[in-house]
Amino acid sequence: MSPRETYGKTLVELGRADPHIVVLDADLSKSTMTHHFGREFPQRFFNCGIAEQNMMGIAAGLAAAGKTVFASTFSVFATSRCFDQVRQSIAQPRLNVKIVATHSGITVGEDGASHHAVEDIALACALPGFTVLAPADPEEAAQAVAVAARTPGPFYIRLVRPPLPRVSPPDYHFVIGRSPVLREGRDLTLMACGMLVGEALKATQALAGEGVHCRVLNMSSLKPLDEAAIAAAAQETGAILTVEEHLEHGGLGSRVAAAVARLHPVPMAFIALKDTYAKSGKAGELLEHHKLTASHIQHLAQHLLKRKLAPTG
Amino acid sequence: MTEPSREPKPQSRASASPPEASLSSSPQPLAAGALAALAQRLRRQVIRMTAQAASGHPGGSLSATDIIATLYFGGVLRHRPKEPKWEGRDRFILSKGHAAPALYAALAEAGYFPQAELATLRQLGSRLQGHPDMTLTPGVEMSAGSLGQGLSFGIGMALAGRLDARPYRVYILLGDGECDEGQVWEAAMAAAHFRLDHLTAMVDRNQQQIDGWTKDVMNLEPLADKWRAFGWEVIEADGHNLAQLQAAFSQAQSVVGKPAVIIAHTIKGKGVSFMENNPKFHGTAPRGDEVAQALAELGADPSERWP
Repeated sequence: MSPRETYGKTLVELGRADPHIVVLDADLSKSTMTHHFGREFPQRFFNCGIAEQNMMGIAAGLAAAGKTVFASTFSVFATSRCFDQVRQSIAQPRLNVKIVATHSGITVGEDGASHHAVEDIALACALPGFTVLAPADPEEAAQAVAVAARTPGPFYIRLVRPPLPRVSPPDYHFVIGRSPVLREGRDLTLMACGMLVGEALKATQALAGEGVHCRVLNMSSLKPLDEAAIAAAAQETGAILTVEEHLEHGGLGSRVAAAVARLHPVPMAFIALKDTYAKSGKAGELLEHHKLTASHIQHLAQHLLKRKLAPTG
Repeated sequence: MTEPSREPKPQSRASASPPEASLSSSPQPLAAGALAALAQRLRRQVIRMTAQAASGHPGGSLSATDIIATLYFGGVLRHRPKEPKWEGRDRFILSKGHAAPALYAALAEAGYFPQAELATLRQLGSRLQGHPDMTLTPGVEMSAGSLGQGLSFGIGMALAGRLDARPYRVYILLGDGECDEGQVWEAAMAAAHFRLDHLTAMVDRNQQQIDGWTKDVMNLEPLADKWRAFGWEVIEADGHNLAQLQAAFSQAQSVVGKPAVIIAHTIKGKGVSFMENNPKFHGTAPRGDEVAQALAELGADPSERWP
């Protein structure tokens, strides 16, 4: 199951419970899965056509009139395409609009750079008042959407296209601003968000075979960050490797680095896209090409551990 | 501190009527002469505010003043100045946010906040921001300033009103230069698509934008045909003829099944000889002798207090 499927399902449940929830889409409702809501609640579903700027403005107006508004399209179109509309019409008045963007990152693969959302975390986190979430699996996506619906204020929720395995524990309870520990370890900490949490866990298993024991944090709450968990990881493990399928600048890595520098400086390394756009290709090929997979995490973790143990070397 | 109005305060009438007589919650429209005098008074406030702030946009405020005066004091908007968040109110969205001084002058006159506050325009700590901020100023429905966004916002409010079966109307004032923005036309398409006949747009057609005449910077014509082609009822009016504006709003309210746009033909800087059609005063405040001359031309009343 993909996170967008649980998103679509959750929206319908929310819609049944709350008549003030309305949903907007920009001609991608079958891909974002908002069409399920549209089918059950046609009066509360507005397809805005291929006009994201207008959609964000309509979302803001509905929210100003008391609605809880979900606005969905692909991540590239939900952020960079209409940044000024989101900034002035939603962020500045802090309106109750939940932008749930699907097809984030580079795993729309073959569509190429025009469709790869690699700046969206940077853009969304730059907006004062926004809560920014990148759920790691379908279950967490569903919970994050439900929490957003009952939490006033603007949200950006980043979902990916492909199906993802469950990484959350069975009794998982999503909380904004909390980064749960998925694996305990003392040698270093892997902090991953979104679909790469799964890769981080794979790398952790391989590293354990090499005698390296990693703590793994699910950094699904990008804004606000769980600063207590970051500080504890820095103090207790002495090195931090961040993992994301987003540009290094302005993404999870940058945000964690700023917190670490302020709270408890330790050596860091970053798995991320390095100041470049990806090309067309299969999702797996692209992740491999840009060194975003478990084997690369494993390799960089070993390198980081050496820096931690021999800081002058 | 609050300057006495020549006319009874609108809220005194509103409170005299039962609260649920919602359609009558608007103040009684002023008589023609009084409405014209009030519009001139709002213009004087625009001059004083921008002069005191030593910045701001008098030209586009003065072209829009008669439209705004008609909305608030000419019997168009149903609103309760002492209850700015009243859910049944008609919504007025100033999409051309740089005309904020004209809106603030009208809101103060209506009783949304004290007249004395007008003197704080653009100052640190003021509720009267350089461009409208819906989180700070009572009566301001939308935060604006970056152009092209108000019509979309108004559509959202109009859709919410329909969902909630509230009979309020939504009015959005656009600049003509603002119609260069692509989002305006995205929204124009959507408002017609959603058949929002309780939404009315107004275009302040003063024919000027910052760099000059609209026909030279980016030709908008045929503007009425464009709106018609997008599915709107188009009403044209002299934007400085208050009776024509009132008639235009009445006509807009009677349109069924589609939104209406009033193209209000106006003069930038209207009412002040050296500001009229002078692009310099798009974003420059009057200074020194200019202030005195402007106020004199606008019929300054020596008893009028400022702030």
